[in-house]
Amino acid sequence: MITVKKVNKRYGEFRVLDDLSISFPKGKVTSLIGGNGTGKSTLLGVVSKLLNKDSGNVFVVDQDISDISSKEFATRLSFLKQSNHTHIRLKVRELVCFGRFPYNRGKRMCSEDCCIVDRALNFMELEDIADKYIDELSGGQRQRAYLAMVLAQDTEYVLLDEPLNNLDMKYSVQIMRTLQKLAKEFGKTVIIIVHDINIAAYYSDYIAALKDGAIKYFGKTEEIIKPEILKEIFGLDFEVIQRNGKPVCLYYN
Amino acid sequence: MSLNKDILRTFLFVLLFAVLVIASLAIGVKQISWLDFTNWQNSEAPVFFISRIPRTVALILAGVGLSISGLIMQQISLNKFVSPTTAGTLDAAKLGILISMIMLPGMASLYQMGFAFLFTVLASLVFMQMLKRIQHRSLIYIPLLGIMFGNVLAAIGTFFAYKFDIVQNMETWLIGDFSKVLKGNYELIYISLPVVALTYLYANKLTTLGLGKDMAKNLGVNYDLIVLVGLICVSLTVSAVMITAGAIPFIGLIVPNIVSLFYGDNLKRSLPITALFGAILLLFSDIISRLIIYPYEIPIGLTIGIIGGIIFLVFIGKRMRYA
Repeated sequence: MITVKKVNKRYGEFRVLDDLSISFPKGKVTSLIGGNGTGKSTLLGVVSKLLNKDSGNVFVVDQDISDISSKEFATRLSFLKQSNHTHIRLKVRELVCFGRFPYNRGKRMCSEDCCIVDRALNFMELEDIADKYIDELSGGQRQRAYLAMVLAQDTEYVLLDEPLNNLDMKYSVQIMRTLQKLAKEFGKTVIIIVHDINIAAYYSDYIAALKDGAIKYFGKTEEIIKPEILKEIFGLDFEVIQRNGKPVCLYYN
Repeated sequence: MSLNKDILRTFLFVLLFAVLVIASLAIGVKQISWLDFTNWQNSEAPVFFISRIPRTVALILAGVGLSISGLIMQQISLNKFVSPTTAGTLDAAKLGILISMIMLPGMASLYQMGFAFLFTVLASLVFMQMLKRIQHRSLIYIPLLGIMFGNVLAAIGTFFAYKFDIVQNMETWLIGDFSKVLKGNYELIYISLPVVALTYLYANKLTTLGLGKDMAKNLGVNYDLIVLVGLICVSLTVSAVMITAGAIPFIGLIVPNIVSLFYGDNLKRSLPITALFGAILLLFSDIISRLIIYPYEIPIGLTIGIIGGIIFLVFIGKRMRYA
């Protein structure tokens, strides 16, 4: 379980995170929703130790993350940022192999490492393009390659910032199913930022809605997906209908 | 299939390298008879051991060192156009040597190299700080900034050179030249050997830098430490080459780019080829420099400047189309 306690973070005068507290339930998929600039990415950045916080604490189980060495941290929590623009020319398989770096520290891959890499490639249907360079792939293929890398990192906590960027509907659904499976079958705690409210509503166990750098609402999906809450968060009129026991939001008008 | 092609290509590179080494040893004003080396006259052996071998060794080590320096800088800066030439590193080394000449004239070259090293490390750190502050990470913008930074350092150097009346002296550092390499004055360049070994040892960690700072940190890499190790490696190599042969532009820029096209950026794989190709290009350019107005020679800095400049322009055109 990840617990965030009274975390503050400001850029200049602007308070990005304002006394934010939340506990992410273990073994569940939690989606962060909210408009642009509400602090979602910053929150994940602070939790993954990539950004320094001004005050407050983040705990993994009972351990403060600032007490965990970065080497150990990398075997427990992985974070995939929104954009990974580099001009590096690695083959897909090489990239996924780097997901094992926290375990082998860049030395030889053991057979277990190779096994996990193969499984990740298979899971993301990347075998056919495993020997292609990532800078020659389409945006969606590259995104899947990075996701395979995160899978290979095989951490208890998986944080993803808009993982569905660049993906078509088929792969979006496939990724979300994979994340569900990671939570249900392997007990992993998944925290994602999603912009498609219907994807969030269908696939996540919990939803946290952010506004002005604080958690405005947090609860089980069905408690959050309500017209009045969504209106407050997004400033749009919503209609929520039920289909096969799952909420679907309509907001185009 | 592709593995065989890789092996064949690598084999051809090694063969080419061997041919160039032999040519480099053989070419010179003094004719050396190869077939009958047991009968070498008193004058042939010294030429071979005092001039030819040191020169060829210096060329190889400079080529290896500079191309790997370029590769490291490109991994760190996430920019394919950053290299000792385009990040002010060469100018910083020059400035360091100049300052040492002014402050402590007649100092041993080891100390001059120390100064060059100090200045290149400082300049690299300053350049990295500038990169950190720039949000606008366009492919061309950063090397442009580096070139401007280098020009500022060069201007400071020229100012002091005028003031202390050593402009002539400084000119010798401006254009790289291997004709003065002789036994006894080139040995500092061996410093690039342990640097290359260290780079290979750190190859995987240096590759993670190329994935970006956040990704490297996510993988548990001590980012700042690895960047520092990389910058120190680069500074040592560039200073050693500068002391031995002067400024040799473009090697660190074009060699890693060409190799990356065929072998990718996984340093475990591309590092040996980059080193080999750097040596090949420098040996080749040196042979051209020695032959073009035989029995005189033109400085290698000039030859490389022309060959490298053309290749660089071709690359800019190509990369811009994709970027």
